[in-house]
Amino acid sequence: MYRYDDIDQTLVAERVNEFRDQTRRYLAGELSEDDFRPLRLRNGLYIQRHAPMLRIAIPYGLLSATQLRKLGDIAHRYDRDYGHFTTRQNLQLNWPTLASVPDILAELATVQMHAIQTSGNCVRNVTADHLAGVAPDELDDPRPYCEIIRQWATLHPEFTYLPRKFKIAVTGSPADRAASEVHDVGLHMRRDAGGAIGFEVLVGGGLGRAPAIGQVIRDFLPLKDLLSYLEAILRVYNRYGRRDNIHKARIKVLVKSLGTAQFRDEVEAEWRAASADAPQLALAEVERVRAFFTPPPYESLADIDVTADREPEFRAWYRYNTRAHRVPGYRAAFVSLKAHGRPPGDMTSAQMAALATLAEEMSFGLIRVAHDQNLLLADVRQQDLYATWLALRREGLATANIGMLTDMIACPGLDFCGLANAGTISVARDIQQRFDNLDYLYDLGEIEIKMSGCMNACGHHHVGHIGILGVEKHGEEWYQITLGGSVNGFTALGEVIGPSVPQRAVPETIERIIEVYRERRDDGERLIDTYRRVGLAPFKERVYASRAQAA
Amino acid sequence: MRRVLRRREIVADNWRHLEEDPGAASGTHGVIVPLQELRANFSAWSARPGPLGVRIAPADKVEDLTAELERCALIAVEFPNPSEGRGYTHGRLLRTRRGFAGELRAVGAAVKRDIIFALARCGFDAFEVASGEDLEACAQALQRYTVAYQAGAPGSLNLRRRIYA
Repeated sequence: MYRYDDIDQTLVAERVNEFRDQTRRYLAGELSEDDFRPLRLRNGLYIQRHAPMLRIAIPYGLLSATQLRKLGDIAHRYDRDYGHFTTRQNLQLNWPTLASVPDILAELATVQMHAIQTSGNCVRNVTADHLAGVAPDELDDPRPYCEIIRQWATLHPEFTYLPRKFKIAVTGSPADRAASEVHDVGLHMRRDAGGAIGFEVLVGGGLGRAPAIGQVIRDFLPLKDLLSYLEAILRVYNRYGRRDNIHKARIKVLVKSLGTAQFRDEVEAEWRAASADAPQLALAEVERVRAFFTPPPYESLADIDVTADREPEFRAWYRYNTRAHRVPGYRAAFVSLKAHGRPPGDMTSAQMAALATLAEEMSFGLIRVAHDQNLLLADVRQQDLYATWLALRREGLATANIGMLTDMIACPGLDFCGLANAGTISVARDIQQRFDNLDYLYDLGEIEIKMSGCMNACGHHHVGHIGILGVEKHGEEWYQITLGGSVNGFTALGEVIGPSVPQRAVPETIERIIEVYRERRDDGERLIDTYRRVGLAPFKERVYASRAQAA
Repeated sequence: MRRVLRRREIVADNWRHLEEDPGAASGTHGVIVPLQELRANFSAWSARPGPLGVRIAPADKVEDLTAELERCALIAVEFPNPSEGRGYTHGRLLRTRRGFAGELRAVGAAVKRDIIFALARCGFDAFEVASGEDLEACAQALQRYTVAYQAGAPGSLNLRRRIYA
């Protein structure tokens, strides 16, 4: 993984000093709440329902064991012994004190981490495929380019006060495990006829209010033009994006109002005009960064059958929680943060410490964060999988439900978030309770439930096979259900099934949807496939008919 | 007299905004005129004996500055509130694309120590800070970072890991 040099280390150290000064001035009353807000937000610090919330950047979801151990340690000493992994591959602490945040940032800097631009109207943490570098279907490893973009975007002087937040995702695989088409900019790695690396460029995707799927504005952008082209996009956005209405300020609104063709023309014109002074990517710098992502020292091994004579629980874990690896003899193993009865994405300090040690023993000391709020040991020797499973199981990290209905995405919701309209954690728990039988879940197959506590869609509800959106109705928590959303190479936004339902009715509503699926599915068909074939009507009919009868 | 931060020095401001000095048309001191007014009466302003500056708002387009750019020794860019970010691009474009070499001044209620560094990196060399803001602290803020990933303006723009003083 990338290691800081002197420049990187100096920059985060200077950032800590700057934020320490800003926090001191705020606490001393020298800086008003209004002046402090944009400064703290650009450093990932929210003032939430109960306490400040600090969002720590995990660039493209890659962590060393040392970093994960430090996160656990920080959560133990400054928070309540746990953290929450998010759909942007970041970690959130829910209970730090404001006065301690500069110290937390200083601790993070000792392990080459920071919280820069994890919030605010600026370029956010760049995300990538969690299987980057190991997936058999990958064209090339996107992470060196993510790192280059991370550096370029960090404290970018021109784009610090954009109309709204700006999210970039990069993928090197057609399966698009990074949800790149619902990002402000999605970059798909491509090769030209000569084999040179470049990018297909999508702009204007996004969730939140008025969700939209990214539109292609460039089929192939040569690598050397990566930063100058991103600058052109951001400059057009910075100048012409709406600033009069926060709900219409994302780049997707600008792309829609101009039309994709005219937006592209504006970007291309800006890019050509800037060609004399725009930064071309220095290829020596690309090589320097790429060298940090060379494959680890894999052993020469053959694929083996590790499940023979093992207990059914391990076989299930192997089947559902591990993935193919491009190197024979290895597999990628998910670390499930979706144990039933636990808030999705939460991890205790003790679990972090244990996983750090396990990663050192089993996976070259590296851990990935997936955007669906699970972690991953990407390089486990197949012969070590059983021992890995035993160790994960001891820590409650081996729930064999990856890709299944209870592998839900959920934002922190009303329990923590100052923006939320409704709770998510208790709804997730109720669904987990209702669908607690793993064999039943396996029979249902791959089902993605994604839940957000408000329209901002941190829980990606629009692209869940089943989406759940919390809404407030007469002071009560209600939930709007959508069906048919997806990402992963085929991006679609879910359709609202009908009127929202009260909190207690959510599990039953999900069950009715599942019933229809089980009655109507063809062999091997997933819920999403059945939905695409039969449409919304039968699901809708069952959900509301049953509610009427129940009343 | 107002003091400003200019080229890292705290100095007495030898410029006045038109609104502060309605009789400025015939004076010999520097006057900063809003773009709209300058456009409306360009030949009159242009014939003024003293130095001339122009003030542009976030929504103005720097591409439209033509004769004004030739005549003006100073361009003031407005930063009216903390979330307004267009002026940063104005600065970059004026320095790099339009080749403006005169005084590029940030003005407005948002011009405070916490944004000075980024403004300087976008080509601003003068800061007429918000009322009540500490100029000394603003001068110090220019030293806040010793490294940056992006090339600054003006000067070379193709070095990503440039360390600048």
